[in-house]
Amino acid sequence: MPICRTVRTSAARARSTGRTLGAVVLAGALLAACGSGSSDSSDEAGGKVTLTVDLFGAFGYKEAGLYAEYEKLNPGVKIKQSDTEDEADYWKSLQTRLAGGGGLADVQGVEVGRIASVTQQQSDKFEDLKRYGADKLEKEFAEAKWSAATTEDGKILGLGTDVGPEAMCYRTDLFKKAGLPTDRAELAQKWATWDGYLDLGEQYMEKAPAKSAWIDSVGSLYSIMIGQEKERYYDASGELIYENNPAVKSAWDTSVEAAESGLSAKLDQWSPQWNQAFAAGSFATIPCPAWMLGYVKGQAGDAGQGKWDIAKLPGGAGNWGGSYLSVPRAAEHKGEAYELIKWLTAPEQQAKLFEKQGNFPSSTGAIEQVADAKDPYFSGAPIGQIFGEAAKAAPVQVLGVHDANVAQQITNALSEVERKGTAPGKAWSNAKKGVENTIG
Amino acid sequence: MTLTATAKAAPPPVPGPVTDGSSAVRRTWRRLSPYAYIAPFFTLFAAFGLFPLIYTAFVSLYRVELQTPGDMEWRGLGNYTALFTDEFFWTSLRNTFTIGVLSTVPQLAMALGLAHLLNYKLRGRTFIRTAILLPYATSVAAATLVFAQLFGRDFGLINYVLGLVGVSPVDWQTGTVASQIAVSSIVVWRWTGYNALIYLAGMQSIPGELYEAAEMDGASRWRQFVHVTLPGLRPTIVFTTIVSTIGATQLFGEPLLFEGSISGGISHQYQTLGLYMYEQGWGFFHLGRAAAIAWVMFVLIVLLVGVNALIVRRRSRKEAGR
Repeated sequence: MPICRTVRTSAARARSTGRTLGAVVLAGALLAACGSGSSDSSDEAGGKVTLTVDLFGAFGYKEAGLYAEYEKLNPGVKIKQSDTEDEADYWKSLQTRLAGGGGLADVQGVEVGRIASVTQQQSDKFEDLKRYGADKLEKEFAEAKWSAATTEDGKILGLGTDVGPEAMCYRTDLFKKAGLPTDRAELAQKWATWDGYLDLGEQYMEKAPAKSAWIDSVGSLYSIMIGQEKERYYDASGELIYENNPAVKSAWDTSVEAAESGLSAKLDQWSPQWNQAFAAGSFATIPCPAWMLGYVKGQAGDAGQGKWDIAKLPGGAGNWGGSYLSVPRAAEHKGEAYELIKWLTAPEQQAKLFEKQGNFPSSTGAIEQVADAKDPYFSGAPIGQIFGEAAKAAPVQVLGVHDANVAQQITNALSEVERKGTAPGKAWSNAKKGVENTIG
Repeated sequence: MTLTATAKAAPPPVPGPVTDGSSAVRRTWRRLSPYAYIAPFFTLFAAFGLFPLIYTAFVSLYRVELQTPGDMEWRGLGNYTALFTDEFFWTSLRNTFTIGVLSTVPQLAMALGLAHLLNYKLRGRTFIRTAILLPYATSVAAATLVFAQLFGRDFGLINYVLGLVGVSPVDWQTGTVASQIAVSSIVVWRWTGYNALIYLAGMQSIPGELYEAAEMDGASRWRQFVHVTLPGLRPTIVFTTIVSTIGATQLFGEPLLFEGSISGGISHQYQTLGLYMYEQGWGFFHLGRAAAIAWVMFVLIVLLVGVNALIVRRRSRKEAGR
């Protein structure tokens, strides 16, 4: 505020000397400067630090009451969260702000598909958390999770939040109507392989309730299958290998088969239609990384309570997603931000978050704590056991700079097969062109 | 000291000479002040219009990535020549054209009709004239989100209504033609009223005697419209065509928000040039390529407007010769 006042007087002096032009321009610039500054200073008037947290998807901290708890423990801190549903949109705006150096929150979430881009391309844009003593936390985290956020020269750029051990969520009420078994153990046995899963899908479609499909989209089917693989789009030396990788081919082929057998509700993940479909019963199964549980609860709402259940994933364990919390260089309250993310990613909080929202911990201490967790929303499914086993057996994935972009192009092409009936060969070549266009 | 000395040497301060001196200042001020008044615009234009324009041209000659804006690699015209073999660029160019036609033609035709109706003496004329401007006042974001709901495949109102008359649901987001119609309809809805008001203003400058004379000759309302209104509106129509063409070439918000997809649908089926530029710049972070597309768009618009002007000039010359 004082800055604004001094400038205004100098503007007045300028006008009195007759240089109207200068004054008008100056005043314009000032107006802009004062406007952006004043909103922040009002927060600090009460002696409180307002920490901004910018996230995507469903981290669930607010829903699990963790912010409220932290504010109670630290009366000088207020937390303000903003949230973008689609991670691709979130990443886009984060990159724009990093390039401009403004508008960044104190804490920014980073998805695991982007973490290689952060450590390899943007290590100078994020705080090295070692400065705040993060290196002491290393033993608390799963090794793969920790190393992915560490640069070659040893900078620690993010603290791991959750991981995405995979399972299959399904609607018991729809299964019953279609005459399928609803017991998790029995289903896990029947869909021990992906072929078994597709067969069961065909059985479902024969007697399915109207306007209901077996799976939400082949894009999510592909994503969960590719999560079971160690090497996907890049090899360990950083070479792009997706074109000839048999793992990608097999996930692609199975997804195409599902699309061509008409098992899919043809929805676009993260779209408003997809959101509506959770409550409407448009699909009977949805591939479920642990973080999806919170999303299902949010979209299907109270009416979905007890209708859902979770079983082991066909074809073995895998990991889809998981995130990090980082502090950008340009953040306003770096020290306080580090304290917050350290607390949020500590074992107790990760355990609490899993029990309330389903996000599976990346902290080894927390994994032990939650082994017995059950989720009443999902018919009391033993989520601690299901996701715990999957997390242990999941492969440690090779991460690449453009992982998320390549995945996006491939799922787009699968949607073409699914929704437009494009021939799979043509769609695959479209995906390749898309990848070249993205990376080139 | 010198000051007082000159004051002493100078003739006694009488009102006359003083006003003389200040009137010289005033004269210069009067001469210069218009420049000062318009200066804010030009200063702002230089900062936020001209500089970005030139800087964009500069960037378009390099390979620049948003994630590493410091490393610029000289490409010369490489970003431009790459566009010639870029399938996605041609797709978006074609889409821009088809969506442009699908939105501009019905938009202007409907606006003309609406204006003609509004030109009659109606009850509550002012209210209706204000009301047709409302879509224009709505934000693109709000309008597009509502339209995206209406055009929903599974739960959309339009498919529901189509279902009532026995038409099976249309996938408005995926089909090439369907999605382009849907996007165009948002543009038409937003801009028809705006253009109608411009036409209405143009119609009111057509002398009433012309209509009276036509009526005496026994011309029907339709013939009056064709032979009096349309020729009288010629300059206005040219103006709206140019403005709509520029708008259609830059079309961006509607296709972006329609599905929230920066690639204009799963197979780029409704990706416009503006959207492709955005995808290159802020989806893939290739700032150099995005800058090249921006310049191509700029040149394209200049060309389109030029062609428009040529056609108009030739037609008026022909008419003058008649």
